[in-house]
Amino acid sequence: MAEGHSPLAQFEIKTLVPIEIAGVDASFTNSSLFMVLTVITISLFLIGGMRKGALVPGRWQSMAELSYVFIANMIKDTVGSEGRPYFPFIFTIFMFVLVGNLWGMMPYSFTFTSHIAVTFAMAFFIFVGVTLIAIAKHKLHFLSFFMPPGVPIVMAPLLVPIEIISYLSRPISLSVRLFANMLAGHTLLKVFAGFIISLGVAAGWLPFVFVIALTGLEFVIAFLQAFVFAILTCLYLNDALHLH
Amino acid sequence: MPQLDVTTFAPQLVWLAITFCAMFFIMWKVAVPKIADALETRQMRVEDNLKKAEDLKREAEATLAAYEKALADARAQAHDDIQKVQNDLQAAAEKEEAEQNAKLEAKLAASEKAITKEVAKAMENVRGVAIEVAVSAVERLTGDAPDMSTVEKAVDNVVGKA
Repeated sequence: MAEGHSPLAQFEIKTLVPIEIAGVDASFTNSSLFMVLTVITISLFLIGGMRKGALVPGRWQSMAELSYVFIANMIKDTVGSEGRPYFPFIFTIFMFVLVGNLWGMMPYSFTFTSHIAVTFAMAFFIFVGVTLIAIAKHKLHFLSFFMPPGVPIVMAPLLVPIEIISYLSRPISLSVRLFANMLAGHTLLKVFAGFIISLGVAAGWLPFVFVIALTGLEFVIAFLQAFVFAILTCLYLNDALHLH
Repeated sequence: MPQLDVTTFAPQLVWLAITFCAMFFIMWKVAVPKIADALETRQMRVEDNLKKAEDLKREAEATLAAYEKALADARAQAHDDIQKVQNDLQAAAEKEEAEQNAKLEAKLAASEKAITKEVAKAMENVRGVAIEVAVSAVERLTGDAPDMSTVEKAVDNVVGKA
């Protein structure tokens, strides 16, 4: 990336192979490339790690199993045993976001989770899915979710709209949290990396040290945001299954 | 800001749907069952081994108890036997000792009797000798044979004192 580029240039979507299906632009872009890479990486990591299925796991198999057990425990702790059927989906969400974030840490790569369109699509899908699960399980009783128990009926006109608004804002908060974290982190890295060049040899080491520290922080955030995304999905699912 | 470029939304969403669905199916049908199988096999193996270990432990404890009981029985039996033998021996020894004591006492009594007899006999001899000595001594000194009864009396006097 040449000097003078905007820190936001790294988020530009570049069409690699133009494709159009039924009037819809389905071009294969740099974003698509990293989505495909993410899927390949995860599949290789998990299936490759489990190829032996050894009774006493090696390092690779241990890591694959660890990721499974991590999500399994998360679901057990937040949703309980009723969450088991949703394990493959939540596991997919977590691994997809995590590895997408980690691919974004590669220099010159592209972070598809830094795009609101992607994160919102995932969050909205989760929101709709969770709401459908709640309605299928509780029918009209689901509406009682918007009236917290133990609250006097007089408060209902005030509380119910608040609850509805907070419920509807879930996909927004879920998607913006991930997108904004990725956007801010990568922009900050780019800005400070730019300072190294502009300050030259004399003072350039200062932002350089800062960029190294920030890179470490970004790795933590990459994991943390994937974790938060997955655990919030679990919590929403828990609300849908148990209402309050 | 490239994120707000609406024209890029369609390709992103299309490819998100493709890749996410592909990945979901790979996870659902391949990866997750594989890991779950491995974990379950291990869990079952561990439980099986734990159960086996528990059984073996119980068996070992039973064997130990049986061994200890046998040992205690044997010890008690041995103790009884020893006691019995000891009692028998003691009784036999006591009997033997009593017999020996009786025999010894009888022998002792007989010996004492013999000794007394011998002493009396000896004393008789001494008296005879003393009389003879006294008679010959008096004869030598005086030239006259002394009166036998007087010498006998004098000797008896001395011997009786002795």
